Parts: sequence; structure tokens; C-alpha cells
Amino acid sequence: MKIGVLALQGAFIEHREILKKLDADSFEIRSKEDLKQSFDGLIIPGGESTVQGKLLRELDMFNGVKDMIQDGLSVYGTCAGLLLLAKRIEGNERTHLEVMDITAVRNAYGRQLGSFFTEASFAGIKKIPMTFIRAPYVKEARGNAVVLATVEGKIVAVKQNNMLVTAFHPELNDDTTVHRYFLNMLK
Amino acid sequence: MKNERYELNKNLAQMLKGGVIMDVTTPEQARIAENAGACAVMALERIPADIRAAGGVSRMSDPKMIKGIQEAVSIPVMAKCRIGHFAEAQVLQAIEIDYIDESEVLSPADDKYHIDKTAFDVPFVCGAKDLGEALRRISEGASMIRTKGEPGTGDIVQAVRHMRMMQSEIRRIASLANDELYDTAKELQVPFELVKYVHENKKLPVVNFAAGGVATPADAALMMQLGAEGVFVGSGIFKSGNPAKRAAAIVKAVTNYTDAKLIAELSEDLGEAMVGINEEEIEILMAERGK
Repeated sequence: MKIGVLALQGAFIEHREILKKLDADSFEIRSKEDLKQSFDGLIIPGGESTVQGKLLRELDMFNGVKDMIQDGLSVYGTCAGLLLLAKRIEGNERTHLEVMDITAVRNAYGRQLGSFFTEASFAGIKKIPMTFIRAPYVKEARGNAVVLATVEGKIVAVKQNNMLVTAFHPELNDDTTVHRYFLNMLK
Repeated sequence: MKNERYELNKNLAQMLKGGVIMDVTTPEQARIAENAGACAVMALERIPADIRAAGGVSRMSDPKMIKGIQEAVSIPVMAKCRIGHFAEAQVLQAIEIDYIDESEVLSPADDKYHIDKTAFDVPFVCGAKDLGEALRRISEGASMIRTKGEPGTGDIVQAVRHMRMMQSEIRRIASLANDELYDTAKELQVPFELVKYVHENKKLPVVNFAAGGVATPADAALMMQLGAEGVFVGSGIFKSGNPAKRAAAIVKAVTNYTDAKLIAELSEDLGEAMVGINEEEIEILMAERGK
């Protein structure tokens, strides 16, 4: 099993380190050329969604990535990755890959002073650590999108078919529950 | 709780990695920077090249001006306070800045003490020109480090010198025997735990960016290949002929910093780079402020 980690900007190395702990191979995707490799799953990391969205377009990777996801490639987006996958973002925010039936709210908890850490249940598996950094949340999950976690009434993890998103950053903590859940989606 | 806040602040720096943080002086410049792909902006009244030209005492920017920039963009906004000026830092925290740069670019307010950054909830980034400075700032509570370089010069030589110095000291500490670390802590004037962390992890305990003198896509690629985790660009963008194009080119060069063919394309037709000053021609070495 091989996972491609989008490495245009942000915390991609942290995802690779967790995958390594789980004995899953991974590689970094920085260009159109990298997309030609064969891989079983894609992770879109945290960072700035405006930067990653712009680079996806300008490095001519946007359609390739979107097609792969629509053709069934399993994808997991954290924070900025959630925003890249959302069909709608509240306000006048520019949307990106528009593949997932969710409406996201960007910078939903405000500036850095609003960043926080908590623990909450994920997918009925167990309580896990959740780190939110200038995070979004999901205001609405439509169609067959399934809510996997909420924090204080806000949706923070959703799965729809081959797509998984979390508003928090499991790659910043030691717990591997979410990544194991994603790897199981690939089987 | 205090410790948790520090972790969250280090985490924000992790999200900035692989990105470019740009100096901006107006909401309009901030929007240009955001559209060009900046992962954060540094709001300041005068960019370093102009501070250098103007001379005199340089202070924290007008909060109104900073707020204007906060309203103009959705990416994180940073601002600078003077070294040791904790009251300026309190003001920046009060307007909910995302990161404070306790910066040698401004005139130092204290020639002995830096700010006790552990007393704040907002994160701090600090400049360093070697490992000792970096670890001293971290022990004071900095959650991100950048090389000092020499701001406002467009000359990369000092940033290169500082990054090489840090990386070679990290390699040296990694190779020491355990019982030699105590003396190293004494020599660097830093807590033993931080030296131990560097020894075990072969890196700083926080994210480390390059800053000071980056003017071209190749400059940015050079710093990334030397081990920077991202790049600050100050005067290099808005002192150049075509800021939007140069900014976008530097962003792409940081993502694909080993792709020389791409960087060649990015370097074409960028217009005039900032003029630049050589270090021998400088009257004030900002990097010598705050050790």
C-alpha cells in the first residue's frame, strides 16, 4: 500500500511520519510528474488552503487530482485539505476541488488565539486527541456524507464514499486512530 | 494550560512550512501577497530597506494599519515589536495578531533582555544567527525561529552564513557523546534539555525559516536546500519591478526547490530585482542586535 502526500505547502512531513509508524509507504507529490506514479490513497495536509489551491492550479495538477478522486481514489484531507475538498465554503471564499458534499466555514474559530486542543470521540471507535489550528468546521454535510465526530455541536470529521476529512490535525499528536481508519478505507 | 498553548503555537508554525511569508505595508499589498500565494503576511509600516534608508528609531507599526491588513486577508497576519519591548507585544496580543516577530529590524528597546515570551498566549518568532541564539530564544518562549540574515539589503550572504552555522552546529551536537552535552549547554548558554533535544532529533525543537536578503526564486531555493523550512521575504518583493509576478515565482520556487528547470522558467522576465546593498556598504548591521 502506497500513499501519496500532497507536498505543495504545509504539514506534510508529519503525515508521512504517522504513516511510517503504521508501516505504510508514502511519497511526496509536488508536481504533475509525481501524479504519474501509482498510489492507493492521497492525503491533503494542513497548511493554507489559498496557497495549496493556487499551486494545484498553477502547477497544472488541479484536474488530474480532481479526476483521480472522482474516479474513486481514496483521499483524506486535514484542515486546509478539508477546505480543498468541500463543494461549498461559507462567505465569499473561493472553492477548490469541489468533490465532497459539505459546506465548510473557514477560520471558523477565529485567529490563532482561538486555536485549541481537546479530546472527543471519533467514528465511535474511541476518544482521541484533537488539535485545531485556525481551523475550519463543517456547517452542513449533505447526501450520503456521514458525520464521524463533533466538538461542541460542530461537525469536525466527515466521510463520504472514498473521501475523509477532519478539521483537526491527528498528524500533530501520537494517536494513530484516524490514519488507521483511512488506511482501512483503502482495503 | 500554558504548555498546551505553547504546543498550539508551535503547531501553527508547522502549518506555515513550505510557504513564503511576505512583508506588506498596505491592505492592497497584503491582497497582492495573498493572491500570489503567501502563507502569511508581516504587517509593517516600512519595509526593512526603507527603515535602513530613513534611519532613526524604528518602532512597532500603528495598530490601525495592522488591523486594516487583518481585515484585508484571510491568511495569518504577523507584526513586529522591538526586542525587549514587552508592552508593544502586549498591544499586538490585544489586537489578536497571529504571530509576533520580536525583531532586530526595529530599534531594540532593551539591550540586555529579550521579552519573556512564556508570559504571552500569542506565538513569537525570533531571529537567530547561530544555534546558541536560536535555543536562547526558544528557552524564552519563541515557538518559531528564522535566520536573521541582513534585512533590507537584498544580499543573501548573511542568511546563508546564519543557516549554515545553525545546521553545522546541529550536526556537531548530534555527533557528541551524551556526557559531552552538559558542557555544550554551558558553552551555548542554553538549558541542557534543549541541547539534549537537538542531540536526539538532529533539528531545532521548533520550525526554522530563512529570512533577511531573499530577493529571487533562486535565493529562496538556495535557502530551502540549505535546510530552511520556509522563507520570509521582506523588501525583496515590493522593492522590485513586478511584485505580484516575483512573489508568485518565489512561492513556486519554495515548493519545488530542487527543480532547477522549473526555477529557470520562474526566473524569466521577472523585471528588476531590488537594487541591494553589499554588507561592506552597510552602516548598521541589524543582525548584531539582540543576541
